[in-house]
Amino acid sequence: MTAFIRTENLTIRFGGHAAVNDVTCAFQPGELTVIVGPNGAGKTTWFNLVSGQLKPTEGRIFKGATEITRLSASARAKTGIGRAFQLTNLFPKLTVLENVRLAVQAKAGQGPSALRNAASLTDLGDKAARYLEQTRLSAVAHLPASALPHSDQRKLEVAMLAAMEPDIFMFDEPTAGMSVDEAPVILELIAELKKDRSKTILLVEHKMDVVRALADRIVVLHNGELVADGKPAEVMALPIVREIYLGVGAEQVA
Amino acid sequence: MTAQTFAVPARAATSTRVTIGRVIVYGFAAIVGLCLLFAPFLFPDVRAQEVAARICVFIVLVASYDLLIGYTGIVSFAHTMFFGLGAYGTAIALKTMGRGFDAILVGGSLGVLAAFVLAVLIGLLSLRVKAIFFAMVTLAAASVMLVLASQLSNFTGGEDGITYEIPRFFSPANRLEDANGDQVRLFGVPVTGRLYLYYFVFLSSLALFYLMVRIVRSPLGTVLQAIRENEMRAEAIGYRVVAYRTSVFCIAAVVAALAGVLRAVWLRYTGPDVTLSFDIMIDVLLMVVIGGMGTMVGAIVGVVIMTLAQFYLKDLMGAGAQATADLPLIPELLNPDRWLLWLGILFILLVYFFPSGIAGTLLGKGGRK
Repeated sequence: MTAFIRTENLTIRFGGHAAVNDVTCAFQPGELTVIVGPNGAGKTTWFNLVSGQLKPTEGRIFKGATEITRLSASARAKTGIGRAFQLTNLFPKLTVLENVRLAVQAKAGQGPSALRNAASLTDLGDKAARYLEQTRLSAVAHLPASALPHSDQRKLEVAMLAAMEPDIFMFDEPTAGMSVDEAPVILELIAELKKDRSKTILLVEHKMDVVRALADRIVVLHNGELVADGKPAEVMALPIVREIYLGVGAEQVA
Repeated sequence: MTAQTFAVPARAATSTRVTIGRVIVYGFAAIVGLCLLFAPFLFPDVRAQEVAARICVFIVLVASYDLLIGYTGIVSFAHTMFFGLGAYGTAIALKTMGRGFDAILVGGSLGVLAAFVLAVLIGLLSLRVKAIFFAMVTLAAASVMLVLASQLSNFTGGEDGITYEIPRFFSPANRLEDANGDQVRLFGVPVTGRLYLYYFVFLSSLALFYLMVRIVRSPLGTVLQAIRENEMRAEAIGYRVVAYRTSVFCIAAVVAALAGVLRAVWLRYTGPDVTLSFDIMIDVLLMVVIGGMGTMVGAIVGVVIMTLAQFYLKDLMGAGAQATADLPLIPELLNPDRWLLWLGILFILLVYFFPSGIAGTLLGKGGRK
């Protein structure tokens, strides 16, 4: 089976420091992989390399049979790689609806020459409204994104990713900074996505309950290197993992 | 839209404030529109005509600059260069080919084409770099153009510029006469080529302004604002930022050049001072800032306030000085020679009380971070 997304000897160095070092791994459709590792392990950097915000020093990235190493971030988005960001990364002065509609519009490829009123393009607007409903943001659709509380901004981040309708979803700590009663909304959404067996989902996450609830597979990064890769139970049992990652919070796992 | 009851109180509170601001801003714009529409009949004197035509052309010029700086976040100092290319193209053609519409068409088209080509080159070569470097590149290009205009004097008339005649149809000598050979009057105003010319300028400006309003309300307009707000995210959801930036830079350049054509035809004179100079560039910048960046309607507000101040502040101060002649000090302060001082004070007050421009603040598009 051809891997859906694959990195081969992926490496990036900032000066002498290799933030991601020789990472080779592949991900299949219908699989949710959680990427774990201590702070500074290179999780977000690896994400940036895959979605195109950074260009690797060495190594190659494939989507299906196509090499995408040299493609720009926008071109990668067009091939179906969707990315949500760890730090909220929205269009602050645009309304919540406009934020999502931009993602819908990018996917629909609305010609830039179309001089129609954007608000009257009901197909785009309706679709955006549906994603807002799913993320329970309909009530705030007309507020500027910057006016939302943090947890709603995180939801909007997810709504935008879903609206891109990618076949590879990359979530970077989607529940970071969210309260205990807010986080489940996001997790339900991710669980919902998981039901579609044609999608590949990559998730950077720290919270062990989240990892256990969702992961089909766990990849552990440490100092930029891939140190473990496998089924959750196997990976969590590995001594090296307990030592480098779970050592601090071993009781969390138990 | 999906109106949900529990959201209503919060929105109602904000919308009343916005509504008052909206009424003021759009009411003002509507009044300006009506005044410009009936300008030849409302203000028949020659100077008022100049002011009205200048306002029309500058609304287009300033709005096209707002597309760049307000909507997309591109800082360019080359906007008067494109304006000048349109004006000089028309002027040189009218001078060499004679006073015909063909000259306006040929010269105007060449000027606009030159603006377009230059915008593509500058855009593709330098919109990848950081904003400050892009601004420097445009500054350099505009300086080169200014030097060229003053050095190639057998072509451009140098510092003196070019005076030329415009098609007879637009000249004051083209009178509309009735069967008896008498001058036809409309509301007491003689119907001449000058009237036709004003409406040519007015309607062309209106069409260009409408086009730009359509652009900012279109899906493209939302993408431009997204690029201004968060370039990296716009790229991440699949928009080629450089391509969008270059496109809007070209659109703005072409519109500015078309405004230059109108300016050249109206003035019957084109020189560095009225089209190319950095003084004009600074005026345009101030008009955008005073009106409100990223609002379009702000262009109307900014241009009207600045232009009226530039043309009539002196008169007003003269009248004020006379009225207060008996008082100490005040007539001195109101001496018309000190008009720039008052203009400066006006700017400071406007920027202080309307930090995101008059229209921007009233429409609630707060620029405060």
